[in-house]
Amino acid sequence: MEPQFQPGDRVRIRVNYPARHFRTPGYIQGKIGHVVGVHGAFRNPEALAYGGDGLPKQFLYLVRFPQSHIWNTTPAASDTLYIDIYEPWLESA
Amino acid sequence: MRHVHDRGGWPDAGPVDRAEHDYAIWEKRTDAMMRIFTRDQHLFRVDELRRAIESIPPRDYETMTYYERWITAIETLLIEKGLLTRAEIDQQVAAMAQP
Amino acid sequence: MPHEHPHDHAAHAPIVASHAMTPYEKRASAIESLLLAKGFISAEAMRQKLEEIDAITPALGTRVVARAWVDPAFKAQLLVNAKEAIATLGIETDALTTLVALENTSTIHNVVVCTLCSCYPRALLGLPPDWYKSLNYRSRVVVGPRGVLREFGTDIPADVEVRVYDSTADMRYLVIPERPAGTEQLREAELAELVTRDSMIGVAKARTPVAV
Repeated sequence: MEPQFQPGDRVRIRVNYPARHFRTPGYIQGKIGHVVGVHGAFRNPEALAYGGDGLPKQFLYLVRFPQSHIWNTTPAASDTLYIDIYEPWLESA
Repeated sequence: MRHVHDRGGWPDAGPVDRAEHDYAIWEKRTDAMMRIFTRDQHLFRVDELRRAIESIPPRDYETMTYYERWITAIETLLIEKGLLTRAEIDQQVAAMAQP
Repeated sequence: MPHEHPHDHAAHAPIVASHAMTPYEKRASAIESLLLAKGFISAEAMRQKLEEIDAITPALGTRVVARAWVDPAFKAQLLVNAKEAIATLGIETDALTTLVALENTSTIHNVVVCTLCSCYPRALLGLPPDWYKSLNYRSRVVVGPRGVLREFGTDIPADVEVRVYDSTADMRYLVIPERPAGTEQLREAELAELVTRDSMIGVAKARTPVAV
């Protein structure tokens, strides 16, 4: 099993609000950033939350966003947000 | 539609209250119970605790304190896993009120 | 499998007058009593976990930071594999899932939050402060970190990048604050005393030494 994305890849966070437990905050959904690192593969929290074994593991990525890409405010130009996102929530951008 | 626990960028958030309270004994005991179940016994995982907390009705989630949410979630999971029933917890609470 | 308790004192949570308890406290006490009585948890396990909760304080984290300040090789290892580096200090790291150390520099200031709940490096810093878990911190630090830092008395110059880390998964983030100026003569233990819990979350800088 290989990670689908690599550091440097431009990605968009998928938009979805399932009724089940998930770990992709609404404020980052639909936003575009860059993969900074691959943390490795981890059990899927969306299944672990219901007593499942969370397999197969999913790759977890550290993704970086300029704050200006996220909010309608005018943040300091260089400010950034870093967030850990699971592979199924990423798409190429 | 955002869930109530998904707070990043939530509108109309006020100043951060920096006051810190000493943890009450019951709060530490609640934390201890959570550690026993997740680390010693693997009865449930932290992910299940989060899911149970997220299922608290929105108005309650916003007004309950941190460990009030935790003990509510622990109760949900203990009943779900069949260790205790709501009725016996209610009975125990009622029995405690007896002088 | 529930079993009989020959000694009743093991079957009850500490006795607090129930009229003095809040409804949730009462419920917690009832749940604990039932779990003990039915043998689902033991008094010994409760005692051990309570000791653990009281024993772990930010002092553990301050040791990591002070060592990183004085030992470049340690710091280099810390930034690549924090758990392995910390284990070399004799600090227990089993309870940590994965730890990542974030170095604050003259050009980068890191600050950590868990917008979805309260993820926090408890094994190094103990229980998180109320404000870290508050709805307002979780709401505002991602969208306006400089404003939140200002509420903590921390001003970051405009030419320094403020990086907010939102802990949404298994990674736990520990900020390594900048070593304050004028501390070249201090020993490691004295340096550790300058490191505050808030500086390891990123809402504050480390303290400067008091002028003698």
